[in-house]
Amino acid sequence: MPTSSLIVLDAVCKRYETAAGPVSVLRDIDLAVGTGESVAIMGPSGSGKSTLMNILGCLDVASSGRYLLDGQDVAGLDHDQRAHLRNRVIGFVFQGFNLLPRISLLDNVALPLLYASVPERERRRRAQESLQRVGLGGFEAYLPSRVSGGQQQRVAIARALVSGPRLILADEPTGNLDTQTSHEIMTLFMGLNAADGITLVLVTHEQDIADFTHRHVLLVDGRIAADHLLGEATAARVSP
Amino acid sequence: MITPLLGEAWDSMHANRMRSVLTMLGMVIGVAAVILMVAIGQGAQQSVNASIQSMGSNLFIVLSGSATTGGLRMGMGAAPTLTTGDAEAIATLPAVAAVAPLQPGTAQVVYGASNWSTMIAGTTPDALVVRDWPVARGAAFSASDVRAAAKVALLGTTVVANLFGDQDPVGKTIRIKQSPFVVVGVLASKGQSLNGQDQDDTILIPVTTAQRKLFGSQFPGTVRLIMVQARSAALMPQAQSEMTALLRQRHHLPSRADNDFDIRNLTAMASAAAQTTRVMSFMLGAIASVSLLVGGIGIMNIMLVSVTERTREIGIRMAIGARRRDILRQFLLEAVLLSLIGCFVGALCGIGGAVAVHYLARSVVVITLSSVLLAFGLASTVGMFFGYYPARRAATMQPVEALRHE
Ligand SMILES: Nc1ncnc2c1ncn2[C@@H]1O[C@H](COP(=O)(O)OP(=O)(O)O)[C@@H](O)[C@H]1O
Ligand SMILES: [Mg+2]
Repeated sequence: MPTSSLIVLDAVCKRYETAAGPVSVLRDIDLAVGTGESVAIMGPSGSGKSTLMNILGCLDVASSGRYLLDGQDVAGLDHDQRAHLRNRVIGFVFQGFNLLPRISLLDNVALPLLYASVPERERRRRAQESLQRVGLGGFEAYLPSRVSGGQQQRVAIARALVSGPRLILADEPTGNLDTQTSHEIMTLFMGLNAADGITLVLVTHEQDIADFTHRHVLLVDGRIAADHLLGEATAARVSP
Repeated sequence: MITPLLGEAWDSMHANRMRSVLTMLGMVIGVAAVILMVAIGQGAQQSVNASIQSMGSNLFIVLSGSATTGGLRMGMGAAPTLTTGDAEAIATLPAVAAVAPLQPGTAQVVYGASNWSTMIAGTTPDALVVRDWPVARGAAFSASDVRAAAKVALLGTTVVANLFGDQDPVGKTIRIKQSPFVVVGVLASKGQSLNGQDQDDTILIPVTTAQRKLFGSQFPGTVRLIMVQARSAALMPQAQSEMTALLRQRHHLPSRADNDFDIRNLTAMASAAAQTTRVMSFMLGAIASVSLLVGGIGIMNIMLVSVTERTREIGIRMAIGARRRDILRQFLLEAVLLSLIGCFVGALCGIGGAVAVHYLARSVVVITLSSVLLAFGLASTVGMFFGYYPARRAATMQPVEALRHE
C-alpha cells in the first residue's frame, strides 16, 4: 500500500445485531485512498455505502478490521479524539444538508470553529471567507430556510471547508438537487480537490455525477465489486 | 466559549417560549415560596424575641387560686389567696432580686373630653425593676405613695396617645372611675407581648390605691398575682423551691394539701415559645423547598423532551466536531438558565409577597440577603442536578444514530 494513502481500510466489516439475528452490512472491505484523490462510491440501495461513509467519517466504528486515517488507527481513539478528527481533518456533507435551522448561514458555517475554540472575531472572518469561497458572499445573515436547496448545500460545503480539512466526505450530496444544480455543486467540489488538494470521497447513484471524479468504486452487498481508476482525460466521459 | 453557548441557550428557550415559561413557573413558585416562608418564619422569630426581650429576665409569676372548697377545685385565680404580705415576704428570700404584686382591673379613664378603657394595674415601684421597664417622662410613684395609697398614675404610651394626643400628660389630672389621679410619669414603650397584647395599653397605680379605692374586694389586702425576679438564671430553681416552701408555710397548708397558688416560670415558657417558633420557621422553609424540588423535576422533564426533539441537531453538532462535554455543557447551561431566570422572577414575587403580607396582615417579615442567596443557590443546584441527566443522555448519543433520527 502506498505510504501517501490518507485512508487505508483493511478487512473492515460492519455487523448489526437485529431482532432477526446479526446482519453483515460491510464484508472485508480493503480500500486505500491516496491524498488528493477523488473517489465516487456507487452501488444499489442498501449496499452499505452510507455505512462505509460513516465509518470513514469517524461517526461510526467498524465491527472488525482496521481503519487507518493518515496512518493513525482510528479504533484506538476515544470519543474526544474522534470528535477532534471530525472537527479538523474531515468535512462531512450530507444529502439533506443538515444545517441548524434557527441560526444564520454565517453562524452555521462558523459552528465547527466554535468547537475548535477559535476566538469570535477569527470565527467570523473565516466563516465569511468560506461562504465567499462557495459563492455565497452577502448571504451571511440569512436563515437556512430563506435560501434554495443548492445554496443550502453550498453552505454545508462552506461549513465542511471552514476548518481546513484534508478530507471531504459527501453522502449523496446531489441527491436532493436538480441536474443543473448538481453539476454546479460537483464543479465546486472538483475545484476544491484540484486547487487545495483536498481528498474527496462521495457517494452517488448517478453516473454523470460519478464521472466528475477520477476513481469509481462499486459496492454490492457490502463488498467491493469493482474499483476503476480513470485517466485524467477520460474522467468525465468513460463509465466503468 | 461560554458567550455563544449562552446565546444558543437563550435562542432555544426563545424558540419554545410557552414551554420555557411554563417550566420556569415551577421554579418561580418554588423560589417565591422559599423566600416568602423564610421571611414569615424569621419575622415570627424576630417578634417573639422582641416580646421576650420586653418581658424582663429570670421572671416568675405567682398566681393565687386553685383552692379546694368542699371537694370542688376552682380554677387558678378563682380564690384570692395571695396578699401584699406574701409579696413582701418573698422579697426577703435570698434567691430573689425583686418582687412586685399586681392587682389588675379594667376601668374607664377620662381626661377632658377624651375617654379610654384600659387595664389598671395596682402594683409597687419594683414592678418597673422586675419588668425592666424604664420611665420615659416624669418619674415613677414612690414607696411612700404606696403606703399612703396616693392617687397617682403612670401611663403607658397607648393611653397617653388616646387621652392626650401630643400634649405632655405629666402633672395633669385624669379621672379613673370618677376619682381624680395625678399623672406622675409616662412609661417607655414596650410593644406587643408574647400573646399579642399591647403592653403599652395600661396604667400603673399604687397597689394599695387599687385595693382600697378602685377595685374594692371582699378579701382586703389580696392581690391577683405576684411578679418575682430571681437573682440569676441559675438561681431560678432555688427561687422556685424557696417560694413554694415560704408560701405553704404562710398559708398554713398541711403537708398533704395541694398548693393554693401556682408558680409559673415565664422565662422557661418564653424560651419554649421561641423554640416552637424556630421549629415552625424551619418547617415552613422545608415545605417550601419541596416545591422547589417539584420545579426541578419540571425542568428535568422538559429537558428530556428537548433532548429527544433535538436529537438530529445533536447528531449534526457531533458530526462537525462537538465533543461529548460540549453537548453536555450546552444542555446543562440551558437547564441552569431556565432555573436561574425562574429563580430571579421567583425572588421578585417572593419579596413582593412578603411586603404584601407585611402591609396586609401587619405582621413582621424579615428578608435577609442570605435567604435570597439561599434560594438562588438552591435553584442553580436544582438546575444542575435535574439538568444533568438529560444533558448526559444527549452527550452520550452515538453520532450515527442521532443523525438518523427524524
Ligand atoms: N443501525 C442499523 N441496524 C440494522 N441495520 C442497519 C442499520 N443501519 C443500516 N442498516 C442496514 O444496513 C444496510 C446498508 O445500509 P446503508 O449503508 O444505509 O445503505 P446505502 O447507503 O448503500 O443505501 C441496509 O440494509 C440497512 O437496512
Ligand atoms: Mg445511503
